[in-house]
Amino acid sequence: MVSIKENLSRPVYIVDGSRTPFLKVTGALGPFTATDLAVATGQSLLLRQPFPATAFDEVIIGCVIPSINEANIGRIISLRLGCGQKVPAWTVQRNCASGLQAIDSAALNISVGRSDLVLAGGTESMSHAPIMYPDAFARWLGDWGRARNFTEKLKLMTALRLSYFKPIISLLNGLNDPIVGLSMGQTAENVARQFNITRQQMDELALASHQHLLKAQRDHTLTEITPIFDLEGHAYVEDNGVRADTSLEKLGKLKPFFDPPYGDVTAGNSSQLTDGAALVVLASEQAIEQYKLPVLARIVSVAWAGLDPAYMGLGPACAISKLLQQTHLQVSDIDYWEINEAFAAQVLGSISALDDAHYCQSELGLDAVVGRIPLDRLNVEGGAIACGHPLGATGARLTLHLAHVLKNRKGRYGIATMCIGGGQGGAVLIENV
Amino acid sequence: MSENIVYKNWQVERDAKDIAWLTLRYAEGTTNVLAYEVMLELRTIIETLLQQMPKGVVIQSGYDNGFIAGANIHEFLELKTPQAAYERLRFGQEIFAQLEKITCPTVALINGFCMGGGLELALACRYRIALDDPKTRLGVPEILLGIHPGWGGTVRLPLLIGAPTALDLILSGRGINAKSAKRIGLVDAVVPKREFFRAAEYYIARQPSKHKLRGWLAWSNAKWVRPIVAHFTHRQIAQKANSEHYPAPYAALKLWEQVGPSAQDAFEKEAESVSQLVTRPTAENLIRVYLLQERLKKFAKRQENPPKRVHIVGSGTMGGDIAAWCALQGFQVTVYDQSLPMLANTRKRAYALFSKKLATKVEVNYALDRLIMDTWADTGVGAGVRTADVIIEAVPEKLELKQKVWKIIEETAKPDALLATNTSSIPLATIAEHLKQPPRLLGIHFFNPVAAMQLVEVVSTAQTEENSVQRAFQFLKMINHFPLPVQSSPGFLVNRVLTPYLLEAAALLAEGVSASNIDQAAKQFGMPMGPIEMADIVGLDVCLAVAEYLASYYNWSIPEILRTYVAAGKLGRKTGEGFYKYNQGKKHEVGVSSPNAVNITENAMIDRMIMRMLNEACACWREKIVADADLVDVGMIYGSGFAPFRGGPMHYAQNLGIEIVVQKLRGLQEQYGDRFKPDAGWLSLSD
Repeated sequence: MVSIKENLSRPVYIVDGSRTPFLKVTGALGPFTATDLAVATGQSLLLRQPFPATAFDEVIIGCVIPSINEANIGRIISLRLGCGQKVPAWTVQRNCASGLQAIDSAALNISVGRSDLVLAGGTESMSHAPIMYPDAFARWLGDWGRARNFTEKLKLMTALRLSYFKPIISLLNGLNDPIVGLSMGQTAENVARQFNITRQQMDELALASHQHLLKAQRDHTLTEITPIFDLEGHAYVEDNGVRADTSLEKLGKLKPFFDPPYGDVTAGNSSQLTDGAALVVLASEQAIEQYKLPVLARIVSVAWAGLDPAYMGLGPACAISKLLQQTHLQVSDIDYWEINEAFAAQVLGSISALDDAHYCQSELGLDAVVGRIPLDRLNVEGGAIACGHPLGATGARLTLHLAHVLKNRKGRYGIATMCIGGGQGGAVLIENV
Repeated sequence: MSENIVYKNWQVERDAKDIAWLTLRYAEGTTNVLAYEVMLELRTIIETLLQQMPKGVVIQSGYDNGFIAGANIHEFLELKTPQAAYERLRFGQEIFAQLEKITCPTVALINGFCMGGGLELALACRYRIALDDPKTRLGVPEILLGIHPGWGGTVRLPLLIGAPTALDLILSGRGINAKSAKRIGLVDAVVPKREFFRAAEYYIARQPSKHKLRGWLAWSNAKWVRPIVAHFTHRQIAQKANSEHYPAPYAALKLWEQVGPSAQDAFEKEAESVSQLVTRPTAENLIRVYLLQERLKKFAKRQENPPKRVHIVGSGTMGGDIAAWCALQGFQVTVYDQSLPMLANTRKRAYALFSKKLATKVEVNYALDRLIMDTWADTGVGAGVRTADVIIEAVPEKLELKQKVWKIIEETAKPDALLATNTSSIPLATIAEHLKQPPRLLGIHFFNPVAAMQLVEVVSTAQTEENSVQRAFQFLKMINHFPLPVQSSPGFLVNRVLTPYLLEAAALLAEGVSASNIDQAAKQFGMPMGPIEMADIVGLDVCLAVAEYLASYYNWSIPEILRTYVAAGKLGRKTGEGFYKYNQGKKHEVGVSSPNAVNITENAMIDRMIMRMLNEACACWREKIVADADLVDVGMIYGSGFAPFRGGPMHYAQNLGIEIVVQKLRGLQEQYGDRFKPDAGWLSLSD
C-alpha cells in the first residue's frame, strides 16, 4: 500500500475530454484557426454532456501563439461554444505546457472551492502563427504616417530597404530561446551530448512512436478524437502526420536539421508542427453528484520545475522527480507514462537523467537515483513525433490520453509530463478511479 | 412644453425642440400598413402641421418589426373598376405630395421592413435614415403582385437614385438591406440603434444637402437617354417574364420610358397605369395567392416556450439543407449522420448558403457556430437528440430504417420534443407503427431547395396530437417558412398532383416529341420550368421511385421510357445525362428523332399535361387531403411552381369553367385512355 500525499485540498476529477485530430502543417495556412479547432472539438464534447454549456464556472485555455484576432482566446472560445456571457474565461501561456497549465489552474480553483465545473485545455494553430515585419520597417511606416508633404515622403521612399520586406515567421522565433540564443532543437542536441544518446536510439524511439500510433488507430483506442470539418467539404478524422511507411533506414537517411552536419536531431526524430486542440471537463465531487457525471480519472498532483534553458529538454526529469517526492511515490508505483516527444533526444535524455546518480545528486539534490522508467510503459499509443505537438494543446492531450490509457489498460497511477521551452518541466499525476 | 395628440393609428408629439414626432401604430394589427384610415389620419395630421409649422417632422414606426409593410392589399381587392382604383391611388399620391411640400425638414426613421407604399411615403420625406440592423429591408415589391408602385414610387425613385437602380428595384421587386440602400443613395444615413433618434434630430438641426445623383446617373432620366436604357431593360425582363402572363413589368418600363419621372403628369400617368393593371386577372390572381400565403402564415399561433434547439437525423441533401436553414434562422442545430463525408458536405453547403445570405463575416461565423456536426454514433441518431426541442428525421426513404431510427429517437428524446419526419411519401402511421406514442409523430415535408421553397407540408393523421401540429406551425414560422396542413396519404398534396403531370410529359417524350418542345409548352402555360428539365434535376431514379410508389396506390401506369432511362443509368443532371445531356452544367437536347413521332400542337400538349394535374388536384380536394380548394391552389403554386398568375389549379379550373374542364378530360379519355377519366369531384364543383 502506498502512502500518498497530494497537493490538492478538494478532489478534482477529469470527467470527460476530447481533442481534434492533429493536422500536420504543410506550409500553407491550415483550414482552422486556433479558435476554430477548440470550438469544433468543444461542440462535440459539450453535445454529450448531461449539463448545459452555461453550467461551467469558468473556461481556461492554453495557447502559445494566438493570432492577432484572438486576444484572450479562452474567452472567444467560451463564447463561441455557447457557454454564455456570464461564464468567465481566460487564457494561459506556459509555452509547450500551456495546456497542462490550464488544467492545473482549473484544478487549483476547484480544489480551493472557487469552481466546481471547469472546461480546460489548449489549442494551437501553428499554421496560423503570425508573419511579422522587421522593427525597422515598423518605424519606417510610423514615419510615413507622419510625413506631411511630398518632399518628406520622397525622402522616406529613398530610405526604404529591401530587407524591410523580409517576413519574420513568428513561429520560428518562438522556437528560439532568447536567453541562451539556441533553437529548441539545439537544446536537444545539448541533452543528447550530455547523456550520450545516439542517433540510432533517437530513431528507434521515433519509429516506435509511429508504430504505436498506427496500432492505436487500427485498434480504435483513440476515442477522444472527434472528427472536424472544414468549409470545403473535408472531414478530418485521424492524426495525419503519422507515417506508415517509415523505417529505421528511412529515418537514418535524414540530415541533422539543427546542427548540420554534425548533430543527430532530425525532422524525423523531432515532434511535428501541427494544428490541434484538446479539452477536458474537470469537476468537483459536488458537480459530479449534481449532474451525475461519470469519472474518467482523478487529478492527484501537479509539479513544476525550472532548469537551465540550454537543457530545457530535461524538464520532465526535474518535474517527475519533484512530483514523486511531493506524493511519496516511486517510479515503480506509476503504471503508465506520457513524456511529450518534443525531441526523441530529450525524452531519452530525461529517462537517463532520472537513472543517473550524478545528475540526480547535482541537479535534483537527491542521494539516490529516482529510477528507470520502463520503455514499454512509455507513450504506449504513440507520441508527438507521430501525431505532432500543437504547443498549447499538448498538455491537455497527454493528460486526457493518459486517463484513457489507464482506464483501458486497467492501470492505477499515471504521469504525464513535458519539457518547456525556456527551461522548465511540468508533470501531472492522475489516478484511475 | 411638449404636446401630444393621439389618433387611432398615429400619435403626434411635439417635443421641447419643436420637432413633431409622428409615430404610426396601426390599430388593426401588429404590422404597419397604409390602410385608408391611416392615410386619412395622416392627411389631417399634415394639415394641422401646416397651420403651425414645427422645426422638423419625423415619421417613425411604433412597432419593432418594421416601418411600414406597404398598402393594405385587402382594400385593393375591393376596387373593382379601373376608375375606383385610379381615385384611390390619386388620393394617396396627393397626401404624399402634401407631405413633400412641408417646408421644414422631414425625416423617415426606418427600422425593419419599409416596403411598397411605406417606402413611397419615405420617398416623399426630405431625408431617410435607416437602422443599422440585418432586419432593415427596403423595396417596392408591387411587381410581385402584378402591379407596380402607384403612390409616386415610379416617379420619385428614379429621380432619387437614378434610372438603372430604380428600374432594377421596381422591376424585380427585390428588397435591399440598409447598407445597400445607403450605397445607392436610397437612404441618407445608416445608424445604430443608440444614435437613431439623435440622427433624426441632427438632420433636422443641420439640414445637410439632399442626396444628389452624380455622373451619368444625373442624366439617366433624360428624354434622350430613356429609350436606350429601356431597350436594354426590355431585353432583360423579356428573358424572365412573358408579357402576356406578367404585364406589370412591361407597363412600368413603358411608363418610365414614355412619360418619364419629370413629366408634368407623371403622377397621374402612374396612377392610370396601375389602375389598369390592378383589375386584370394576373394582378387579381397574384394578390389572391399572396393573401392565401398570408393565411397559411397565420396558422401559427403564439405558443409558450418556443423551441430553441433543433436536431436533424440524416444529412443528405434535404437533411443537410434543413439543418443549414434552421441555423441561418437563428436556431442552434445539431445534425447527425453516420457518414462523415455527408456531414462534411453539409457544412460546405451551409457555408455557401450563409455567405450568400448574410452580410458580414461575423454573422457567417455565428451561423456556422450554430450548426453543430454531431458525430456521436453510439445510439445511431446522434447525441444532440437528447436536448433538442425539435427533431427532424431525414434519412433515406426506407421504411425499416425510418422505423428503427424513430424507435431510438422516441426513447432518447425529451418527452416534450416535437417529433417530425421529412418523409415525402410514406404514411405516418406506418412509420410510427412501433412507437410507444404514435400520435406524437407528424410529418414536416420540406421541398427542395429548402432555402427557396417556403412552403412545407405539415402531415398529420386523425390521431396526431393537435398540440404537435400547432408547435410544428410555430417552428416553421420561426424559420420563415409556412405550413400547408395535409392529411397523411400517399404523396400528400404536392407530389401527388405533380407526378401525373411529369408522367404525361414522359408519355409525350415516348411518343417522340422533343424534350425542349414539351418544356416550351409547359413554360408557355406559365410553369417556371419545364417538366422534363425538372425531372432531370430531381433525378429520374427519384421520380421513378416516387411514381412507382404512388402508382401502387392510385393505379397509374408509368411510361416505359422512364424505366428504360433509369435502367441505363441515365438518371438526369447528376449523372450527366437524363432526358437531356449535360455538359459542364449546360443542358443539350439529345437528338433522337423517333420514327413514330407524332405531330402534336403546343396547346394539345399543354392540355394533356395540365388536365392531368387539374384532375388530380380535384381528387385531392374531394378526398380532403387539404381543407379546401384554396389550399390546393396555394400548395401547388408554392410547392411546385404552378403558374402563379393563373391562381392555382382549382382556381384556374373554375375560371376555365368546370364543364369545359370535364369536357376536355372526356375528350382526352377517349383518345388516350382512362388516365384522363374525370374525377368524381368535378361533379360537385360544377353545381
